[in-house]
Amino acid sequence: MTAAETGAGDLLRIEGVTKAYPGVVANSDVSFAIAQGEVHALLGENGAGKSTLVKMIYGLVKPDAGRMIWRGAPFAPSQPSAARSSGIAMVFQHFSLFEALNVAENVALGMETPPPMRELAARIRAVSEEYGLPLDPSRMVGDLSAGERQRVEIIRCLLQSPKLLIMDEPTSVLTPQEVEILFQTLRQLRSEGTSILYISHKLEEIRTLCDRATVLRRGKVVGACIPRDSTAREMAEMMVGTTLTPPERRATEKGEVALGVSDLSVASPIPFGTSLKAISFTVARGEVLGIAGVAGNGQDELLLALNGELRVAPDRVRIHGKSVGDLGPTDRRRAGLVSAPEERLGHAAAPNMTLTENALLSGAVRQGLTARGFIDWRGTEAFAEKIIESFDVRTPGTHVAARALSGGNLQKFVVGRELLQSPEVIVINQPTWGVDAAAAAAIRQAILDCAAGGAAVVVISQDLDELLEIADSFAALNEGRLTKPRPVQGLTIDEIGLMMGGAHGMEVAHHAG
Amino acid sequence: MFGGIDPALLIASLMVASVPILLAAIGELVVEKAGVLNLGVEGMMIMGAVCGFITAVVTGSPALGFLGGAAGGAGLSLLFALLTQVMQANQVASGLALTLFGLGLSSLLGQGYVGIKPPHTGVVPFGPLADIPFFGKVIFGHDPLVYLSVLAVAAVWAFLRHARGGLILRAVGESHEAAHALGYKVRRIRVLAILFGGAMAGLGGAYVSLVRVPQWTDGITAGAGWIALAIVVFASWRPWRVLLGAWLFGGITVLQLNLQAAGSGIPVEYLSMSPYLITILVLVIMSSGRGRAALNAPASLGQNFHAAR
Repeated sequence: MTAAETGAGDLLRIEGVTKAYPGVVANSDVSFAIAQGEVHALLGENGAGKSTLVKMIYGLVKPDAGRMIWRGAPFAPSQPSAARSSGIAMVFQHFSLFEALNVAENVALGMETPPPMRELAARIRAVSEEYGLPLDPSRMVGDLSAGERQRVEIIRCLLQSPKLLIMDEPTSVLTPQEVEILFQTLRQLRSEGTSILYISHKLEEIRTLCDRATVLRRGKVVGACIPRDSTAREMAEMMVGTTLTPPERRATEKGEVALGVSDLSVASPIPFGTSLKAISFTVARGEVLGIAGVAGNGQDELLLALNGELRVAPDRVRIHGKSVGDLGPTDRRRAGLVSAPEERLGHAAAPNMTLTENALLSGAVRQGLTARGFIDWRGTEAFAEKIIESFDVRTPGTHVAARALSGGNLQKFVVGRELLQSPEVIVINQPTWGVDAAAAAAIRQAILDCAAGGAAVVVISQDLDELLEIADSFAALNEGRLTKPRPVQGLTIDEIGLMMGGAHGMEVAHHAG
Repeated sequence: MFGGIDPALLIASLMVASVPILLAAIGELVVEKAGVLNLGVEGMMIMGAVCGFITAVVTGSPALGFLGGAAGGAGLSLLFALLTQVMQANQVASGLALTLFGLGLSSLLGQGYVGIKPPHTGVVPFGPLADIPFFGKVIFGHDPLVYLSVLAVAAVWAFLRHARGGLILRAVGESHEAAHALGYKVRRIRVLAILFGGAMAGLGGAYVSLVRVPQWTDGITAGAGWIALAIVVFASWRPWRVLLGAWLFGGITVLQLNLQAAGSGIPVEYLSMSPYLITILVLVIMSSGRGRAALNAPASLGQNFHAAR
C-alpha cells in the first residue's frame, strides 16, 4: 500500500486555495494532498479550474487565499523558476516549445543552469534512452510529431530530476501506442519515487494509471476516489454532476454517394504543415465517416481542401457527381457542402463581430440572407436566434461579439450555424474540442440527426471515443495519407492504433524491470 | 566604365559609406529577433544624428558625440518601448509615429547648429600597417566606428548563436507565450532589445552627421533607416548577411557617385536610384523560394504580448 493511505509523507498539500478572476471564480477553497510516489489524478471538465490550480503550484499564478505545504514547509512560489528549483516540473497542455529552435535549445530554455550544449546533448540522449523515449537533440522541433514534441517536454523535466511532475492533458495528442509508451515511462518514474499530478478528463486512462483522484467541478472539489475501484461512469457523473445519456443512433439506409474525393494531393499552405498525399474516399447520404489521426497529420489541410479554401483540380472533389475541386468556399456552399473548422476564433468565427454578423458570414448563401448586394438584417437576426435557440447557446443576445462567448458556447454556435443550413454534405474538424460533456453530447446528437436526415458527414477528430460513438465508417490520417475507410463495427483499438501510424516508428523496448 | 576609379579607394570608401546602415540594421536585427517590429529606425537615427552633433560641438569631443548620439537614439526608443510594451499600442503605428516625431524634434533641436563644422574624428593609428600597399588603405586607414560596426556584427552573431542570453532572446521572439510559461520576463527582455536597437540606430545617425557629411542639416539621414529595415528582412535576420547587404548598398552608393563624377553616359537619376534598387534586388533573390522556417523570421514578430491569466 502506498504512503497515501497512512496520511503521512505528503509531498504537497493544498489547503483552502482560492483564486478569482473578474467575473469568475476559478478555484474556490480547494484542498487535497499528493503523497510521495503516487500518481494523483486531477479530474474535471473544461473550465473546472484544473489549469488555474496547477499554474498556482508552478508559480505562474498567485492564489488569493489559502496555502500550500511542500514537504512540510509553507510554499508560495513567486515564479516558475522558484517552483522548478524546489523540484516541481510541468509538461504543458499546449506545448511550451519553440518550433524554430532545436531540441537541445528547447531543453536548455527550461532549465535553470543548463550545461554547455554539447554536454546537454549527450545527457538528453542518455536520459531519453533510459526512459525509452528516443530523441535526437539536434532536430528542429517544428519538424517533430506531436508525440515527439511531448517527449521533448518530458525530457526537459526529467533532466532536473523532479520530485513532482505535473502533466496537463498529456495524451490528447497521442496515438494509443504512444500513450502506452508514456504510461510505461510514468510508471517507471513512480517506482523511482517521483510523484505525478495527472490532469485529464479521459477516464479509462485514469483508471489504468492513477492511484488516487480528486474531482473538480466549477472550481470546487466535489469528490475523491480510488480510480481502480470506481467505474468510468461513476467518475464521469461526479465530474459533470448529472447523469449522462449517450447519443442515440437510428439505423439509416445508406443512399447514393454524396461526396467523392479521388487522388487528392495538395501542398500545405501552413508553415510546418503536412501535405495531403493521394487521398481517396466516398461518403454516401446518411453515412458518417470518422477520420482519426494525431494532430498535425493533415487534418487542417484536408478540411481546407474539402471546403474550398484550398483549390485543386476540378475532378478531385465531387459533390453529387459534380466536379467542384476548382470552386471556392461560397460556390461549394451553394453546391451543398458546409464546414466547421477546428479553430473557433479567427477561422470559424470573426472574434470582434456580433453573433448576427457571424451568422451571416457563412449562412448568406444557403439561407438567402442577401438580395442584390444588400443584407437582409432581419432575416439574419432571425437565423442567429434560431441557432441560439436550437443549440442552447448561452448568450445575452445576438448583439454579443463572438469572442465574448465561452469556448463551448461558441462551438455550439458555429456547429449549429452549419447544421441548420439544411446541408447535403457536412465537414467538421474537432466538433467537440474543449466542450463540456453535456454540450458535446448535444453536438454529437445533432450531427447524427443530420445524417439521419440524409446528409453525408465527414467528422475529423482526435477523440477516438467520439468517432467510435458516431461514425459508421472509420479512416485515419497519417502523415498526409488517408487509410482505406473501414466499417466501425468490429474494429479493435489495436487496429485503430496501427491505422493511425502506430507509435511513429518509435517502438522502443522499455526495460523489463 | 570604371576608368579613373581607384579600387582601393573604392573599397575603403564603401566601408565608410555603409557604417550608418550597418549599425542601425544590426540593432534592428536584435530588436526583431526579440519579436518586436520597430519601424522608427529612421527617427531614432536622425535623433542620434542631431544629439551626437550637438554633444560633439558643445564638448569638442567626437567620442562623447558618438555616446550622445547613442543616448539620443536610445532615448527615443524608450518612448517606443513605453508605447508598445507597457501601453500595448500597435507596433507598426507606433514605429511610424516615432519616425515622424524624430524628424520633427531633430529639426527643432538642430536649429542653432546649421552650418557649423563638428570636431574631426581621427583614424585609428595602425603605424606601419597603414603603409602596406592596397591593404593599408583598405583595412588600416579608418576611424574607430568602421571597426566597431564590423565588431558589432560579429558580437551580435556570437551572442545570438552561442550565448544563453541570445537563446532566451530568440525564444521570446519565437513564441512569447511559451517563453512566459517557462518564466522568462518577456516584457523586460523586449524593452532591453528595443533600447539596444535605439542606441545602435543613434550611433549610426551620429556617424552620418559627424563623419559622413559632416555637418547638420534637416533630414540628414535621407532614408538610411528605411534601407536598414529592408536589409534586416531580406538578410533573413542573419547578421553576416546584414553586413553583406550594408556593404553592397555602401559600395554601389560610392560607385555611382564616382560614376557621376567621371561623367558616365548613364543619366544621374538612374545612378542615384541604383543603390536602393540593386541592394533590394540582390537580397530578394537571395531570400526567395524558401518557406518561412528557412527564412528564419521570428514567429511572433510584431505581436504584442499580454500576460493573460
